[in-house]
Amino acid sequence: MTNKNKSQGRSKLAGVMNDTLNWVDARFPLTSNVKAHLTEYYAPRNFNFWYFFGSLALLVLVLQIVTGIFLTMHYKPDAELAFGSVEYIMRDVPWGWLIRYMHSTGASMFFVVVYLHMFRGLIYGSYRNPRELIWLFGVAIFLALMGEAFFGYLLPWGQMSYWGAQVIVNLFSAIPFIGPDVSQWLRGDYLVSDATLNRFFAFHVIALPFVLVGLVAAHLIALHEVGSNNPDGVEIKKLKDKATGIPLDGIPFHPYYTVKDLVGVAAFLIVFSAIIFYAPEMGGYFLEANNFVPADPLKTPAHIAPVWYFTPYYSILRAVPPILNSQFPGVAAMGLSVVAFAFLPWLDRSPVKSIRHRGTLYKAWLAAFVVSFLILGYLGTVPSNVWGQFGAWMGGADRATVVARFFTVVYFLFFALMPWYTKKDKTKPVPERVTG
Amino acid sequence: MLNSVNPFMHEENMSDNQSDKQQAGSQASECSQVDLDKRNFLIATSAVGALGCAAVAVPFVKSMTPSERAKAAGAPVEVDISKIQPGTMLTAEWRGQPVWVINRTEEMVAELAKHDDQLSDPASNVTSQQPEYCKNQGRSIKPNVAVVVGICTHLGCSPTEKMKAGGDMGEKWTGGFFCPCHGSKFDLAGRVFKGSPAPINLVVPPHKYLSDTVLLIGVDTEGKA
Repeated sequence: MTNKNKSQGRSKLAGVMNDTLNWVDARFPLTSNVKAHLTEYYAPRNFNFWYFFGSLALLVLVLQIVTGIFLTMHYKPDAELAFGSVEYIMRDVPWGWLIRYMHSTGASMFFVVVYLHMFRGLIYGSYRNPRELIWLFGVAIFLALMGEAFFGYLLPWGQMSYWGAQVIVNLFSAIPFIGPDVSQWLRGDYLVSDATLNRFFAFHVIALPFVLVGLVAAHLIALHEVGSNNPDGVEIKKLKDKATGIPLDGIPFHPYYTVKDLVGVAAFLIVFSAIIFYAPEMGGYFLEANNFVPADPLKTPAHIAPVWYFTPYYSILRAVPPILNSQFPGVAAMGLSVVAFAFLPWLDRSPVKSIRHRGTLYKAWLAAFVVSFLILGYLGTVPSNVWGQFGAWMGGADRATVVARFFTVVYFLFFALMPWYTKKDKTKPVPERVTG
Repeated sequence: MLNSVNPFMHEENMSDNQSDKQQAGSQASECSQVDLDKRNFLIATSAVGALGCAAVAVPFVKSMTPSERAKAAGAPVEVDISKIQPGTMLTAEWRGQPVWVINRTEEMVAELAKHDDQLSDPASNVTSQQPEYCKNQGRSIKPNVAVVVGICTHLGCSPTEKMKAGGDMGEKWTGGFFCPCHGSKFDLAGRVFKGSPAPINLVVPPHKYLSDTVLLIGVDTEGKA
């Protein structure tokens, strides 16, 4: 009797839920979207460690937006008040320190997961046909993210904020003819000032977040259209179950990968929390010491360096000497070092996608690229005289500058020679189905 | 054309979409008669609409240029130079930028003639970097008093004063300025030494003397800002 009542109650509730869902589905494609993107989105069954970082990037994006909203409730985008309002958040706003450290750590962790996500794309050939557009949307996301980080870094109005912005905006003055006008237009003043801070705030909190969210949506829509790549670089859609039309090597994203990603989220949050609570400044790499001094337009700090995630490109900028009395070549090289990623789908001529089936030639070049990226990244954090000077035989040049020049060349050769070495490389046969 | 294979489309998806495309193809052939009047009208309307959008963009782009208040803050500033001891300098503020007023000693002025071979532009030939009346050895109106915008021509940092010869700059240093950001070196007339990342000499702002000891920075005798 009681059992019967219970099951009746349950079926009544299920009936109401079902009716509600039908009502919604007749007006909005809810069920079909859940199916298309989660329960019936078939992802390859052999995803590994490297496939955590896409969903982690999405998690950090949400964290940055939420913490950012709460920070704007207390922050003042005014040159007179900005520095003080950040200290006010840190000291007087209840839990303000936590929200701000989540946001500042989140910025660095965003780049950590995005760099690992990009590296995944590199090693498994995820940028290759038919995923070129996914990759291009990704490069656009990366560019927007760099802009977002740069604009955000001015807001605390510390010395490093100020002079970092001064240097980066001045990069535009190096563009021949229109440069000086462009950088003045960006600043809205003859120098980085209240006008600059106010507009950077607008870019940081409204313009670029919109762009970012839109691009992320495009990135995911394109991904779910063609389907995910995998560590074997095999197209799972080629072999489908004849009865169901489901790829033989595909498993539904939900629940398989939602559960897998939750493990990644847990591991990530452990690291994230450890940084927030024990090393929010990360030894000056996440929050630089000079930024605890209010901006002073009349005095440049003795050593200025960008935050760690920009340092490889900054090293390239410093490494290229002025040519014909113009610093434009350095600026152009820096821009190209970022944009170069967009050309990968057309530079790679290998018959295989994944590093698993590539030969030693490609692996050697990839290793050289990674080493260059890391060394340039390190050199960008230190003054160019850090390793002293060479003797007279090298004209007394800074050792670090010469090393940076060498690795800048290697960095660009990785891209420039790619059509050659990917074609010449001895590849291994690609299996029909995914492995392990 | 409509039935040809789209090179950008991946094989797998093609089979899904082909039937739709064929339908669209048959529909198009039924009404292949193009009304050119209507098409031209639509093109013209779109073009006018695009022009309108471009015109509306102008105020938004212009709104980001320096405001009237920012321009007013760029007004000339007066500096009393009577209290600057020979061999020292003061930093004035014009348009929010540091402007150095350097009182050079006779030895310093004499030194300026001796290291032309080490400079990128010893004769100040790049006209954008100083007014015509400062295109001379010391890049100044009075030989001893130099007026220079203290912003590095590389990427806009403010160089550090290293006016004394020698010291931590090495034995060969004859006095000048050193940019901490990227290591550019300038002499006491703001001329850049060869091998610096900075491509050209520091800017000499327009300036004039109101009296023997009062300097007006930001405007010259011709009234140009």
